Amino acid sequence: MAEEILALDKVCKAYNVGTLVETEVLHDIDLVMRRSEFLALMGPSGSGKSTLLNIIGLLDRPTSGHLYINGQDTSALGESELTRLRSHSIGFVFQYHYLISAFTALENVMMPMLVDQGFPTPAVEGRAANLMEQVGLTSVINNLALNMSGGQQQRVAVARALAMNPDLVLADEPTGNLDTKSADGVFELLRQVNQQNGTTFLIVTHNMDLARRCDRIIELVDGRIHAAGKA
Amino acid sequence: MNRWMPFEWIAAIRFLKEGRLQTMFIVSGIAIGVAVIVFMSAMLAGLQANFIKRVLTSQPQIQLLAPDEVARPLRRGAKEVDASIIQRPTQRILSIDQWPKIRDQMLAMPEVTVVSPTVSGSALAVRGEASRAITITGMDPVVYFKIVRLPDYIVAGEARVTSDDIIVGTELAKDLGASVGDKLNVEAASSASRVLTITGIVDLGSKGANSRNTYVALRTAQSLLNLIGGVTTIDLTVQDIYAAETLAQEIQASIPVEADSWIKTNAQFFTAVHAQQTTNTLIRVFVGLSVAFGIAAVLAVSVIQRSKDIGILRAMGTSRGQILRVFLIQGGLLGLLGSVFGSAMGAAALVFWHNYARQVDGSELFPLILDRALFIASAVLATVTGVAAAITPALRAANLDPVVAIRG
Ligand SMILES: Nc1ncnc2c1ncn2[C@@H]1O[C@H](COP(=O)(O)OP(=O)(O)OP(=O)(O)O)[C@@H](O)[C@H]1O
Ligand SMILES: [Mg+2]
Repeated sequence: MAEEILALDKVCKAYNVGTLVETEVLHDIDLVMRRSEFLALMGPSGSGKSTLLNIIGLLDRPTSGHLYINGQDTSALGESELTRLRSHSIGFVFQYHYLISAFTALENVMMPMLVDQGFPTPAVEGRAANLMEQVGLTSVINNLALNMSGGQQQRVAVARALAMNPDLVLADEPTGNLDTKSADGVFELLRQVNQQNGTTFLIVTHNMDLARRCDRIIELVDGRIHAAGKA
Repeated sequence: MNRWMPFEWIAAIRFLKEGRLQTMFIVSGIAIGVAVIVFMSAMLAGLQANFIKRVLTSQPQIQLLAPDEVARPLRRGAKEVDASIIQRPTQRILSIDQWPKIRDQMLAMPEVTVVSPTVSGSALAVRGEASRAITITGMDPVVYFKIVRLPDYIVAGEARVTSDDIIVGTELAKDLGASVGDKLNVEAASSASRVLTITGIVDLGSKGANSRNTYVALRTAQSLLNLIGGVTTIDLTVQDIYAAETLAQEIQASIPVEADSWIKTNAQFFTAVHAQQTTNTLIRVFVGLSVAFGIAAVLAVSVIQRSKDIGILRAMGTSRGQILRVFLIQGGLLGLLGSVFGSAMGAAALVFWHNYARQVDGSELFPLILDRALFIASAVLATVTGVAAAITPALRAANLDPVVAIRG
């Protein structure tokens, strides 16, 4: 049995706690992900998918419940420890690619390593170039982030998410903003990385076709896990 | 990317480069402020240096005089006479009591560099039909020229004063229609008179001095002014010119003479300099404040514009401290950049104004002093101001909630 990379134990999330408009958007979420899993998270708009992803990605804290990453309980960790854990264990891909426009494609891929190591060493640049090759973008390596097509930008974002060789990649509608063909390409890329590197993926998607090609689908409805199982 | 540059610097520089127009505007704003300060400070320093140089080569730094004669009230018995008017006595030309002893005392003081006993008084210079009131200064050229650099001011002839020679100012020479080698009849109030030969004509820098001041040998003046063996003043120069006033007070307290320092005689100048410096400081403070607010405003806007970038950087593991530093560095760089351009602009304006603004006679209005310390100080100050101004926006950036930034 593969090890547990992620475990959620009765995670709740409420917004505006202590005010009249306090609303709980996640209720008692239990979830386990094993290494190398490729999981789709589905659910209607407003069901709490992004909220859940942000909590798993340590960008947000649950109101109650526990989150374990590689068996480590994160609720006891301080701000800087969370940042460090996020830097080393988690990669993000967002719907609107969010490359940093002041940098080139290659530099965007270098960024997580640069932030971590402090200097753009040759090793950092070399790894970034390799990743760019892996996502099939050697030709636009020095393009500024915005001088690329949406599909290309999202591929750069994937390469960037992989830069620190994270255990878990969280992708929030990575193909939601792309045409069908590019969407398919990016999805295939993720799947391929998953199979080649054994990286664990949690992908939010509204696309049933893509979801069917994942190992498992979780459905979130009104902040509760509704159905889970192999597609 | 530069291999040796840390992440914070790389990001700060890129962000400034990307916000080209904003960066350019704020840097220009800072540059103008810095240029004004550099220009003003350097010009003021130049004018001051000019004046002090002038004073130090044409005036003694301390002058010892015989104390004023004091009028005593009329007395009848132990009582003052009623309704008596106490009138200040007319001041005769008096020799300083025991001046050789005082001179020796002065020479023994380590703070004193040159001691020159002189005799001065009024006389009439007559040549043909023309006559003019003059002040004659009798001195020993060997020491006196170390205090007042007459040889430097000679425009015709030479600075030679043997017993029958006289050096006169340019205006007097013109008024009397005299030139080097001509003879003047100098008549003193004591009705003594001598015929002296003009050996040199000097330009002392002011019309008043040029039309009145004349220089003769000590003995010549003593005999003309009926002060054989006496001197009216002892002129001094000192080690530390700014300590002259304190020293003068010390001398006055210990020796029965009146001691006037150049600082006291030129009090007006120092008042003016002081007022100017106060204005200058005020201008600096206000320019500094507007620079600070300008930088803060630009960075505050930039933090809002870059909130997505900040969010994504935080998501990929950038710490709050790193984000904070990225924006502090931007503030510092803006200040530094502005001060570099500003210094260049200020220096260029100085050079231009130095060449353009001339005194009536064509000589420079102020010496061009481009003091490196001034530029370094303004660069350091502008950088510090920039960093300080960046604190609030940088804190805001560091405290941005990445979830909100990414969702927004
Ligand atoms: N900062 C917040 N304050 C208050 N309510 C919030 C906040 N963030 C999210 N919500 C609410 O939480 C619920 C879940 O939002 P979330 O963004 O997680 O949904 P989602 O499943 O990702 O939707 P979508 O498919 O549209 O992206 C929504 O009702 C939303 O309005
Ligand atoms: Mg969402």
